[in-house]
Amino acid sequence: MSELKEELKKQLIEQLNLEDFEVSDIDDNDLLFGDNGLALDSIDALEIIVLLEKEYGIKIADPKQGKDIMTSVQTLADYIESKR
Amino acid sequence: MVAMLLFILKSMENNQIIKEVSIEHGKVLINQSEFFTGETSDLGPFLKSLYKQLNLKYNKYFKMDHLSKLGFLASEVLLLNEGIANETDEVAIILANASSSLHTDVKYQESIADIPSPSVFVYTLPNIVIGEISIRNKFYGEHMFFVQPSYNKEELLDYTTCLFNSTPCKYAIVGWVEVNRNGDYSAKLMLCQNKK
Amino acid sequence: MVRVAAHNIISPLGCTSQENFDKVVAGQSGIALRKKGELSDTDFQAALLNMEVLKDKISGIANAEAYTKLEQLCILSLNEVLDGVDVKSERTGFIFSTTKGNITEITNNPHAVDALLATTANKIANYFGFKSSPQVISNACISGLAAFVIGRRYIDAGKYDNVIILGADILSKFIVSGFQSFQSLSPEPCKPFDANRDGLTLGEGVASVVLSKADNTNKACVEVVSGAISNDANHISGPSRTGEGLYRAITRTVGANEEVDCICAHGTATPYNDDMESHAISRAGYETIPVSGLKGYFGHTLGAAGVIESIISILAMQNNVVIGTKGTVEQGVVAPVNVTKENIQKPVNGLLKLMSGFGGCNAAVYFKKHGE
Repeated sequence: MSELKEELKKQLIEQLNLEDFEVSDIDDNDLLFGDNGLALDSIDALEIIVLLEKEYGIKIADPKQGKDIMTSVQTLADYIESKR
Repeated sequence: MVAMLLFILKSMENNQIIKEVSIEHGKVLINQSEFFTGETSDLGPFLKSLYKQLNLKYNKYFKMDHLSKLGFLASEVLLLNEGIANETDEVAIILANASSSLHTDVKYQESIADIPSPSVFVYTLPNIVIGEISIRNKFYGEHMFFVQPSYNKEELLDYTTCLFNSTPCKYAIVGWVEVNRNGDYSAKLMLCQNKK
Repeated sequence: MVRVAAHNIISPLGCTSQENFDKVVAGQSGIALRKKGELSDTDFQAALLNMEVLKDKISGIANAEAYTKLEQLCILSLNEVLDGVDVKSERTGFIFSTTKGNITEITNNPHAVDALLATTANKIANYFGFKSSPQVISNACISGLAAFVIGRRYIDAGKYDNVIILGADILSKFIVSGFQSFQSLSPEPCKPFDANRDGLTLGEGVASVVLSKADNTNKACVEVVSGAISNDANHISGPSRTGEGLYRAITRTVGANEEVDCICAHGTATPYNDDMESHAISRAGYETIPVSGLKGYFGHTLGAAGVIESIISILAMQNNVVIGTKGTVEQGVVAPVNVTKENIQKPVNGLLKLMSGFGGCNAAVYFKKHGE
């Protein structure tokens, strides 16, 4: 699980061009969206959907479903685990 | 012909260029004087070194494509020390280039075969660079992106003068922001002031 | 003053403005379910041009095979509006509005010269022998309406006596997949301003307008009174939550003494766009003014949309009708506005046309009808 979270953080930094972030800057429970965390936006959310499909073969057809999954690195990892 | 000449003469009265910035071949010039020279002139690394030089802390920058980064940094240099207020309708942005967003278009086209990338697709419009400059400075005003076969400065100044004569616009960022398919680049921006 | 002197629309609904207008008034739509194929890996809704219908007309173009599909359509449309316009005069300007032009040309060759928008504009201009150099506007989805704003300014400033506006975009996998990646395509034909709207429908179209300087206000005509372009300064793809940019464009366009009888909105039927527009419209004090959206008839035709929808609006003014918003069953936007579901017969003397697009851009134009 912790390996998966490390991997996810790396992928997020790479895919979302978070150039001023290191893996160590992102806590598992940091909010991905909203001002009190990584402050990602709507395009990032779409790009995370692409990432899930590309790297983990998971398709999210309903964008509303994505909201709960994409709360934090922890929730993303939980979701990926549940699909494995 | 006479009407055309009269138009041109009338045009020039109100529109004054107060500053010029040029970015080409790894060099940034302000009013023809050297401001910054990168260690390399290659687009990606050069833009990165200029961003560092300007000491900006702006997360959105890293999301931009090359065209937006180039236009954004050129506008930052142009507005440096000018004290132009933000949160305003009074600054117009009139930009042009020859290649539109083709540098990113080709990148997006390649992504289609795999999984199309929304964050690349959004930059397949040349006016996104205007959006980026507007967001940074909270400029709500007039703007337009033109595509020209090659830099036609007079045509852009002509249009700027039209704006100065018919809108409350006090300043305009005007000029050329080009990244072609090979990654060759050029930015030539003017800061124009309405002297009406 | 600047008046609309001639116009043409080529869309799935027809090859003349009148034909398109008649079908719109009759409630017909060009949108249909398309099977997966060249444009999309899945079935999708779209308003696509039927090139078979246009085959005979295209064969009438001199050296037709030298032009791309888009360029052929542009030539056909301009052919219908240039009678009596001195294209060889330097007092006639030409504005070409498009978002992606011949983007399909890069599919096999990233260096294709025909993919450059200025090349497309020059080919079209040379076909007709325009003297002044074409100006290409590529400012996302406001491009077509922005051409009215800019064309009017040029005539007003004395640069030109006539400005020819051409708006054109056709669909490609490039465009369709992009909107799919944004999850913004609706599985059903789009439902502008509806409570259950779930995305936009793309369309193809080409349209032309001639704007002319006019001194005699006694003649019956529709005048392009004013226009403005603004930016949300908020986000590059998401519309402002408060309608800030569009609100500013409206207030800079409509003078204090001008009457707005009808608003032809952008109405893409994405949840955020239509909410944003409702904010801007109601903030401007137009809660009760009838609002029409035309995307249910044409789909979203991108760079052509502002031109096509303005022409339909002009004909609606001349025919005293507020056009019903096809696709709207139950209005459901956050701010109070008055979306028209069915056609309403009533005088429309002042009309406000709105468009918004990626990059946070917004445009507004105010049209006014003058009687005999």
